Amino acid sequence: MDEKELLNRFQAQIDAEIKIEPKDWMPDAYRQTLIRQMSQHAHSEIVGMLPEGNWVTRAPTLKRKAILLAKIQDEAGHGLYLYSATETLGISRQEMIDALHEGRAKYSSVFNYPTLNWADIGAIGWLVDGAAIMNQVALMRTSYGPYSRAMIRICKEESFHQRQGFDILYTLSRGSDEQKAMAQDALNRWWWPSMMMFGPHDSESTHSQQSTKWKIKRKSNDELRQDFVDNSVQQVKVLGLTLPDPDLKWNEERQHYDYGPIDWEEFWAVVKGRGPCNRERIAARKKAYDDGEWVREAALAYAKKKKAKEVLA
Amino acid sequence: MLFEYILQLADNQLILAQRLSELCGHGPALEQDIAITNISLDLIGQSRLLFQYAGKLDEQHRNEDQLAFLRPEKEYRNLLLVEQPNRDFAHVVLRQYLFDEFNFLNYSGLTNSKDEELAAIATKSLMEVKYHLRFSKNWVLRLGDGTAISHRKMQDALNNLWMYAGEMFEKTAIERDLVKAGIAVDVEQLMPTWKESVMSTLKEATLNIPEGGWYQSGGKKGVHSEHLGHLLAEMQFMQRAYPNLTW
Repeated sequence: MDEKELLNRFQAQIDAEIKIEPKDWMPDAYRQTLIRQMSQHAHSEIVGMLPEGNWVTRAPTLKRKAILLAKIQDEAGHGLYLYSATETLGISRQEMIDALHEGRAKYSSVFNYPTLNWADIGAIGWLVDGAAIMNQVALMRTSYGPYSRAMIRICKEESFHQRQGFDILYTLSRGSDEQKAMAQDALNRWWWPSMMMFGPHDSESTHSQQSTKWKIKRKSNDELRQDFVDNSVQQVKVLGLTLPDPDLKWNEERQHYDYGPIDWEEFWAVVKGRGPCNRERIAARKKAYDDGEWVREAALAYAKKKKAKEVLA
Repeated sequence: MLFEYILQLADNQLILAQRLSELCGHGPALEQDIAITNISLDLIGQSRLLFQYAGKLDEQHRNEDQLAFLRPEKEYRNLLLVEQPNRDFAHVVLRQYLFDEFNFLNYSGLTNSKDEELAAIATKSLMEVKYHLRFSKNWVLRLGDGTAISHRKMQDALNNLWMYAGEMFEKTAIERDLVKAGIAVDVEQLMPTWKESVMSTLKEATLNIPEGGWYQSGGKKGVHSEHLGHLLAEMQFMQRAYPNLTW
């Protein structure tokens, strides 16, 4: 079968909503796009542990500490799961981690912002996980089987994450003036970075068209962003807090909320490594990895010794 | 009296959980990151059960968070061992192993306590501690008998931590009375079994017990190492900075 015929069959499979599985033929660009997107997703889970980890040791109650730890542990699990799913495309976890540490692979830029007060943990859960869920729910129907199944599993846990975040903010919004101020401060700082999580406007997005045809992407950046805005405006009323966008307004004609302009200059600066915490995040990952090298080597050496002994016995 | 005894049990779980939680996101590999977080979570859960029970007996009617976060340093009754810092993964693993062997025996004994609530907490916790012990023991073996580097690091950790092990078997006056009443475990009696297990593991791990025995204690009396103050400053920060609020 020649390349063209293979490509036609591949597209027909996608059009018929039949999942592509690891052993199926796929165009190299499809494979590369998935490796890029899925490893980026895995890295986001892992780097995303750091801003929240910043508050584990200072969580205000035992219950909050336990919930936060459990949530971060889920993220480590998601990372592990996504790395494994990506490995089905013929790349190793080691290669992916090297790419992250060497700055060749990206992760969600939102994790380059600092967590400055306890309410940030609430804002991350509500807004950042909320934005991630929008994206991930759409990805449950993505055309690559292992990715789709990973998303189905991950989405179940993410909705718990979002609820715990909202619950933190809800509690603060009913607390003292200081607590309300904490919550508002967190929203002020996390709203726009969360809006940027959906990526550039559809008109500016470089990967979108092909990804949509291959059904890797099921909803456009702007569609997802609009869903997020519409949901958030409803939910923030319950909190009695204000989203930091004076242009938020119901548009009767569109049946959606309008929102103000996004600062794309800031977005690109952070993507390109000039955000508040880019260097610290990668440095922390590298340090954990480098410090762990002797541990991983010892585990391998021990396993080999054990095996040799078993062979002798 | 029972109140103080329960606090002592709770403090050990809490302080070790806090130490382990510092590693969340910084483990040597994702799998170990998850495992350490898991142990930390279990220990927080155990400490909560104990603090809640202590709260019921407390004359001041403090809740779990007031007990966990709002006591001065000298009122914490945890062992010096569990407050020792995470110098490297070898120290983390060895601290965990020495404590897990003890925690396992102690909870096993407590399942027979005449105090039913304590016995119930011990039964539940014991299931978790069995898993902790399996994890820490396996890592002592792997690292002790792994590479030359890992062996050296583990021997260093053992040299640093061994002197804190003896405190686990020191009986306080309160414990003495509660042992008589059939409520507390006699920690002195746990020592031979503990030592036998530990010696056998260390031997298999090709590690040597340092000379000079064990001689550091004080945690059970509220006299701690310099490390605890910093741990508490961080852990208590929110409750101290914003008192009497709901979170």
